[in-house]
Amino acid sequence: MNNNIAIQVVDLTKYYGQLLAVDHLSFTVKRGEFFGFLGPNGAGKTTTIRVLTGIISKSGGEARVMGYPAGSIEAKQISGVVPEQSNVYMDLTAWRNLMLTAELYRLPMAEAKARAENLLKQLGLFERKNSPAREYSMGMRKRLLLAVALISDPEIIFLDEPTSGLDVQSARFVRGLLRDFRKGGKTFFLSTHNMTEAAEMCDRVAIINRGKLVALDTPETLRITAGKVSLIDVSFDNPVSIDALKEVSGIIRVESSQAIDTAESMKAMAAMGGIGPSRMGSGMRGAGMGGRQRMGLPQAEPEEAGEKRPPSNRFRLHTEDTGEVITSLVDFSRANSLKMNILNVNPPSLEDAFVMLTGEAKHEK
Amino acid sequence: MKNRLLDQIIRSIAIVKKDVMIYYSKGPVVIMGVLFPAIMFIAFAFGRGMAIATLMPGLIGVSVFFTCSAITPVAFPWETAQRTLERLVSAPVAIWTILFGDMLASALVGIVISIVPILIAMGLGVTFTSPLILAFAIVTGAICFATMALLISVAPVSSPQYTQMLSTLIKFPLLFISGVFIPISNLPTAARAIGFISPLTYFTDLARYATGHGSYLPLYIDFLAIIGFTIIFWVVAVKLHNRTLPMRI
Repeated sequence: MNNNIAIQVVDLTKYYGQLLAVDHLSFTVKRGEFFGFLGPNGAGKTTTIRVLTGIISKSGGEARVMGYPAGSIEAKQISGVVPEQSNVYMDLTAWRNLMLTAELYRLPMAEAKARAENLLKQLGLFERKNSPAREYSMGMRKRLLLAVALISDPEIIFLDEPTSGLDVQSARFVRGLLRDFRKGGKTFFLSTHNMTEAAEMCDRVAIINRGKLVALDTPETLRITAGKVSLIDVSFDNPVSIDALKEVSGIIRVESSQAIDTAESMKAMAAMGGIGPSRMGSGMRGAGMGGRQRMGLPQAEPEEAGEKRPPSNRFRLHTEDTGEVITSLVDFSRANSLKMNILNVNPPSLEDAFVMLTGEAKHEK
Repeated sequence: MKNRLLDQIIRSIAIVKKDVMIYYSKGPVVIMGVLFPAIMFIAFAFGRGMAIATLMPGLIGVSVFFTCSAITPVAFPWETAQRTLERLVSAPVAIWTILFGDMLASALVGIVISIVPILIAMGLGVTFTSPLILAFAIVTGAICFATMALLISVAPVSSPQYTQMLSTLIKFPLLFISGVFIPISNLPTAARAIGFISPLTYFTDLARYATGHGSYLPLYIDFLAIIGFTIIFWVVAVKLHNRTLPMRI
């Protein structure tokens, strides 16, 4: 096996009874890579992680971690796992949780104590090291899980939704820590719903849906190749009728300032609640209504329901041909004696690519 | 192979420490290991007017038996529900290592708790004519009962109540067929025959010998039976846990 490969998965399958949770999955993760594993709920992400970490056995195919069969004692010895839900011993203190793990991994006691002390300091838990984990907040428990995963100085770390359920500050703190730990050359396997997190942290991402791999590339390449629609924010010096703007060549859809503001406030609310944008419904960037309705926010596009609305001077335009729209907007401004105050092109995001890839797969069903 | 075995046994010590800290420092163990046997003892001593010296081997037997089998059947479903079992499984330990650690913790606590009835017996004037036999019986018996508890905990459930019920259903009948309070020699023939399927019978017989009452069976038979039961319980428990543990997580 190539020494540069940290994880090798070939034709992996996992059945739960009749249900095929992982469907002939194949991919490789390079050593030192920060690898993202994305997919909607029930896509098979956690099942794959559980097979790779030896928590459950595979039904077929091959999975290797650092050359060792996944689930073997050797593979587990060089792996650290941060599960989505806390699995620390609530009755034990942070210190005892770490010592227990160190003993299970047979770390020399002096080294274990030094590492535990460093980790607890780094993770901001040192002052509370003698408190039982049950007295910790969710954010503190997540940090403790990270410390437990890192105490054995593993070569590869599996992270299953490490920031889910955390507030913005805690999520940022955890991401910052992961960036720091990454400098040590460790391999990270991150399963997440959070597209921003994946785009920010990962060298490459695999997108799976219904247990199958649908894409694997760098976030940048996925964004460009899969995300067909770009968004253009434009602001004029005078109000413009939305219907007039819809006639501009190359524009697929027009959102007024009210819709943009609503979308922005949704993003802010989601960020405050620690919810990834993808969880708010696939249409948020496309001003879809599902997320708004679920969150009880005002409907953003009254004209869609046949209502008339006053002209606005700020718009978000959806297009598959950015160049054509910009040229057309210049012509439109000249023809209507308008000045463009803002013209901002937003390239497609990883979330757009994700929605397209997993959404299309869903529709195929 | 030998190194690997030793390596896993060393790792199981971490599980022993964890179990002692989490489970064995709690009230139910004291209740099952000390109070319950004491109540049974008092009931037989005063209720049926039996001699204290006759009852003492039974008191030690019940104490060790209940302490060693109290926690494991509850710990497995509890750890399943708390997801900590998942954590142990993702650590570099084999399933048998987890079982071995749990068994060892139960046996150790049972051995320690057995000191209480021994002290009570000594306080009541009971003399131990063969303390070494008693010590050896307590060690082998504790391991046997702890291994039996592993077998009781096989069912892949996440509710401790279920295994607690199952545990009670298995353990209580054994009390009455094992010659714990009424010597096996005094039991009717049919009851005596049934008594031989209980490992507690052999332990009580050894404890009775150690207190100078003589044993019903030759000592080597008692020890061989306890060791035999332990091996059978262990092999079956490992086999079944290997099958049921993936269903828990």
